[in-house]
Amino acid sequence: MKTDFIFDAAQAIQRTILANEHTLESLDREIGDGDHYINMKRGATTVVDMQAELVTLSPEAALNKIGLKLLSTIGGASGPLLASFFMCMSKTLKEHGDDSLPKIAAAFAAGVQAIIQRGKANLGEKTMLDVLIPVATQFESLAALGHDAKLIASALTKTAETGMLSTQDLIATKGRAAGLGERAIGHIDPGAKSCQLMIEAVCQLV
Amino acid sequence: MKKFINKVDDILVESLSGFATAHADLVALNLNPNFLTRKNKAHNKVAIISGGGSGHEPLHAGYIGVGMLDAACPGHVFTSPTPDQMLEAATAVHADKGILLIVKNYAGDVMNFEMAAEMLPFENATVLTSDDCAVINSTYTTGRRGVAGTVIVEKCVGSLAETGADLAACKALGDKVNTRTASIGVALTSCTVPAAGRPTFDLNETDLEMGVGIHGEPGRRREALREADAIVADCVEAILADFQTKNIATSQTEALLLVNGFGATPLMELYLLYNTAAQLFTQHGIQIVRSLVGNYTTALDMAGASITLCLLDDEIKQHWDSPVHTPALRWKM
Repeated sequence: MKTDFIFDAAQAIQRTILANEHTLESLDREIGDGDHYINMKRGATTVVDMQAELVTLSPEAALNKIGLKLLSTIGGASGPLLASFFMCMSKTLKEHGDDSLPKIAAAFAAGVQAIIQRGKANLGEKTMLDVLIPVATQFESLAALGHDAKLIASALTKTAETGMLSTQDLIATKGRAAGLGERAIGHIDPGAKSCQLMIEAVCQLV
Repeated sequence: MKKFINKVDDILVESLSGFATAHADLVALNLNPNFLTRKNKAHNKVAIISGGGSGHEPLHAGYIGVGMLDAACPGHVFTSPTPDQMLEAATAVHADKGILLIVKNYAGDVMNFEMAAEMLPFENATVLTSDDCAVINSTYTTGRRGVAGTVIVEKCVGSLAETGADLAACKALGDKVNTRTASIGVALTSCTVPAAGRPTFDLNETDLEMGVGIHGEPGRRREALREADAIVADCVEAILADFQTKNIATSQTEALLLVNGFGATPLMELYLLYNTAAQLFTQHGIQIVRSLVGNYTTALDMAGASITLCLLDDEIKQHWDSPVHTPALRWKM
């Protein structure tokens, strides 16, 4: 993995967040508190603005820098969750290297594990993890089988979409919608939607 | 929206600056990252740091001073502060006996303070406040919400820390006070977050929200406005039921009764609520021996109030009574 790819991914993420303003805002108004789009936009813009600083760094150092920056700019619950993902992914790459798809998949999965621990949530609770957990699992297994990057990217895009759609039928037990109980059924979780958009955008770069 | 504003984005910094100037004898303000500390650094004690979203003033910065907090980290309105604030505040006030973080139980606050705790280069512990007995899980919470009872936790822990007690003792007292405290709030109107510009929720002229949270998040039920005595009776019943669920005896116990305004309810009404609440608790065999009535944990411009009962024991009573000198709470010094 190269730092250039991380920066290209940040730009692609910013584009997809900006393009989906209406979708993210209306989902969050239904079952959240309406600030998800603003927070995601602020996060993506912050990372894109770090270009000069990031390009001089190794991939793992760049990811750690991104995590720390998001931690101090996004706030709320999204800040620590996304920061934990990037900081843990960075740590794993540093320990095990970044020169193969299985290693990158393992780092991604470690990042997702950090979100699980930080948010004390898991699969089926109507959160971003309903996208991230299946994607991480599939990424690791396809990479271990030696599939090429393009095939993996296309499979992960589909899995992210399935995971996102699955949140529609779930009762929220964690996150902003948890107080709504059954009233949240029928609504897609905004955090799951933004994660699916980000994964799709990054996979399209592969 | 009708508020005193220059630019919406500048509200927090302008308000913090005003606060720091008005109380320059007690507090000092640092911007970027934002945190406030005691004017004169304390030595050889556990440093007590709290923080949370702004909009609940005087919580938390109003409780900085001798006998209470060493530092407070204000986030944006109703938004958790971030770990860089806690880390720099801790570095500024650390006094060789560790750091105790007092955090209201909201998902954002818990995660941000947790990350700060992991990154802190000092021994530290956290007291999570969760005194609101209205609901379990809500818009911003997994578990119960921390509300006005936090003031009592901060007062007692701050007092104990002043004696030179160690970190474990301070945490234990904080946890005990939290367990022995129960609160419930009622909203008569919504609040308006300046950046949003419109009321957070709709509430008819003839309705109230029973069990409302301090961000205007939903409580137990929406119901018709009744006479004050009936509303207070429901609150008292909810609080007593909570202690019963926790298996804590209330009868023949001494207690502190806090009637807290949410920002737009006059003191005249708060004292009216206090009058009824004190009578009802007394009828249930509780001796109200300490009282606090006023705006101590607000929700911007929400009209409404919360009732908090803290069951005292000798230790809690001693630390509630001890001298304190902060912008919002001061006695015996």
